[in-house]
Amino acid sequence: MELYPVDGNYILSNKRAIKKRLLEKGNFLEKKIAILSGTTVGEIKNILELFLLDYGIKPEFLVGDYGRFFEEAVFEQERLKEFGPDVIFVQSGIHNLDLPGAGCSVDEAEKRLETAKGKFSAVWDAAEKLGAVLIQNNFEYPRIRPMGNFDAVDVSGKVRFVAEMNAFVAERARTHRGFYLNDINYLSAWYGLDRWSDPSYYNSYKYQQAPEAIPYLCKSVADIIKSIYGKNQKALMLDLDNTLWGGVIGDDGVEGIAIGTEAPGGIAYLDMQKYAKELTGMGVVLGVVSKNEDKAARSGFDHPSSVLKTDDFAVFLANWNDKAGNIQSAAKMLNIGVDAIVFADDNPAEREIVRAAKTGAEVPELDSPERFAETVARGGYFEVTSLSDDDRRRAEMYKQNAQRAAELSSFADYGQYLDSLEMTGYIKPFTEGALERVTALANKTNQFNLTTKRYTAEEMEERMKSERFITLSGRLEDKFGDNGIVTEIIGDISGDTLDIELWIMSCRVFKRELEYAMFDELVAACKAKGIRKITGSYYRTAKNPIVAEFYGELGFTKTEGDDDHSKWEYTIPDEYVNRNTHMEVKND
Amino acid sequence: MTREEVIEKVQDIFRNNFDDDEIVLTDETTAADIEDWDSLEQINLLSTIEREFKIKFTVGDVEGLANVGAMIDVIMKKLA
Repeated sequence: MELYPVDGNYILSNKRAIKKRLLEKGNFLEKKIAILSGTTVGEIKNILELFLLDYGIKPEFLVGDYGRFFEEAVFEQERLKEFGPDVIFVQSGIHNLDLPGAGCSVDEAEKRLETAKGKFSAVWDAAEKLGAVLIQNNFEYPRIRPMGNFDAVDVSGKVRFVAEMNAFVAERARTHRGFYLNDINYLSAWYGLDRWSDPSYYNSYKYQQAPEAIPYLCKSVADIIKSIYGKNQKALMLDLDNTLWGGVIGDDGVEGIAIGTEAPGGIAYLDMQKYAKELTGMGVVLGVVSKNEDKAARSGFDHPSSVLKTDDFAVFLANWNDKAGNIQSAAKMLNIGVDAIVFADDNPAEREIVRAAKTGAEVPELDSPERFAETVARGGYFEVTSLSDDDRRRAEMYKQNAQRAAELSSFADYGQYLDSLEMTGYIKPFTEGALERVTALANKTNQFNLTTKRYTAEEMEERMKSERFITLSGRLEDKFGDNGIVTEIIGDISGDTLDIELWIMSCRVFKRELEYAMFDELVAACKAKGIRKITGSYYRTAKNPIVAEFYGELGFTKTEGDDDHSKWEYTIPDEYVNRNTHMEVKND
Repeated sequence: MTREEVIEKVQDIFRNNFDDDEIVLTDETTAADIEDWDSLEQINLLSTIEREFKIKFTVGDVEGLANVGAMIDVIMKKLA
C-alpha cells in the first residue's frame, strides 16, 4: 500500500502523477462505482480512485447530479440501472439533515427525525433492489451546538439528532446484507471535528469536508470496498523484542523483559499484545518472525503478564534467517499469498530490508511503542465488513492446518495421511443460512477459482432458488476440527448440458481431494436431472494458474482456447466411478 | 517573498497539480491556457496555495479572479 500513512497534502497536490504511477501496476479488478451526491462530490471521486488503484481495484465511476442522491436512487433509477453499479456510495453528511434546534417542539423534532430516517431508508431500499452493494456515510457532529452540552440531551438538540441517525444507520448495517456503514462520525472525531470541515469551503463550494480531510474519507471508503472484494490482509507477522515486549529476551530473560502494567514502559507492549489477540477473534492469523533462539523466544510468552501465549501463533519462526525469507516461508506454511501478510517490527532496518526484498508483504511504519497498535489498526489491512462464526474461528483453523502439516511428515504416503485425517465432507445445495458465507467466499477466493466470477447477495439468492442452476457447497471436517464451508460450485443448466460458471475452493483445504468429492456430487446431481454433458471455462488471472489444467485432470477435454482462456467439456459416462477415496461424504 | 518568488512557487503548484513540467505561468495566463483547469481544479489549486503559503482566502478574495496575475496579487496581499 503506497498511500499509507496518509499524507493528505501530498496526495491532493500530486494526484495525476500518483495515478499514473499506480496504473503501471496493472492487473486490476474492475468495479463500477456510482457516487450519489449529497453535496459537491468534487475531489472525492479522484482521490477515491487513487486509494482503490492502490488496492488493485480499477473503478469506473458514475457521479450523480449535485445533491440528488434521493431522487436518483428512488425516482430516477434508469441512469443507475443502465450503469449497473457494483457499489453505490451515498456521499452525504450533516448538511443533508434537516436538523432541529432549541425552540423546536418535541413533536416537530421527532417528525424531522422520522422524515430523515424515512428518506434514507427509501434510498437504501431502492439500492437494494438494484442488487448493488451500498456504502452509506453516517453523520459527523455539528460544528455549532447552541445549547452546549444539553444539545446531546434534549429532543430538539442537533447532537442528539445526529446520534439517533447514526444508531439508525448502524442498525441497518447490522440487519441488511450488502449494506455498509462508512463511519465518518468516528473519522471526524479522530481527525478533529474542527478541521474535518471548513465553513468557507462549504459556503463557497458546498464541500462537506475540508480538502485536507478528503483523503481520509476516501481511504475509509476504499477500505470497505477492498474488504468486500477479498483484498484484505490475512495474517500479522510479529517481531518479538521491543515489538511484543520491551527488552531483548535472549539477554534479559523472561524476568527482565517489560510487559504488563507494573512499569509504564510495559503498558505499551501490553496494548500491542491485546490488539494482536483481538485480531485473532476477527479471523486474522498471527505469526512470529523474530531473530532469536527458538527456546528463548518462546519463553517470553511465559511471562505472567503476557496476554499472548505461544498457542496463539499459527507459525513461529524464531531463527537467524533473514526476515524476508521467513515471511515467505510463513506464507507458504499458511498457504496464503505473501501480499496477505502484514509485518510489524519496531526495527527500521529490518522493515527496510523486508520492503527492499519486494515480497509484497505490507510493512507499516511503526514509531513509538505506544502507537504500534493504532498504526497497524488505521492501516485498514484487516478491515471487517462482516463477522461470521467462520471468521471468528479462522485463526484456529489455520493453526490446525499447521498441525496437519506437521503430521504429514510422519506418513509413508500421502493417501495414508489423508485417511488418517478422518475427513467428512458435507456437500449440499446452497441454503438460506449459508448464503452470506457462500457469497463472501465467492467474492474473495482468488487461487482455486476457475472463472473469478463475483456475485451480489441477490444474484446468489437467485441461483439458490432457481431451477436453472445447480448449486453445491462443501464443508469439511476432520479430526483437527471443522473448516466450515470452504468450496462451492454453481452450474447453469441448458438442456442436457450443465455449464460450470463458478468453482472455487479455499486455499486452506488444498490437496485434500475435496475437489474430487465435489465433482462426484456434481455428477450425481447432473444424473438426477438427466444432464449428460458438463462444460467449464478457465480464465487466467494473476492468482489462479494453479487450476489452469484442473479440468484436464478431471478428465475433461479442451475444446478451445489458449493459456488465458480455455473451454472444457466432459461427457458423463453411464458408469461413473467416484474419484474421491479418502473422505466420507454426507449430504447434510 | 518577492512577486517573482511567489509566481515560481505557484508555478510549481500548478506543475504538480496537472503533472506537467512544461507549464509556465505569466500574469496573463488564464484557465483557457491550461487544458484541465476547470472549476474543480480551481478549488484544488486554491486549497493547495492556502496550505503552501499558510494563508486563508475569504470568499471575496477569490471570486472572479481574471488571470494568474490577479491570483498572485491576492497572495501578495495576504502575505503582506
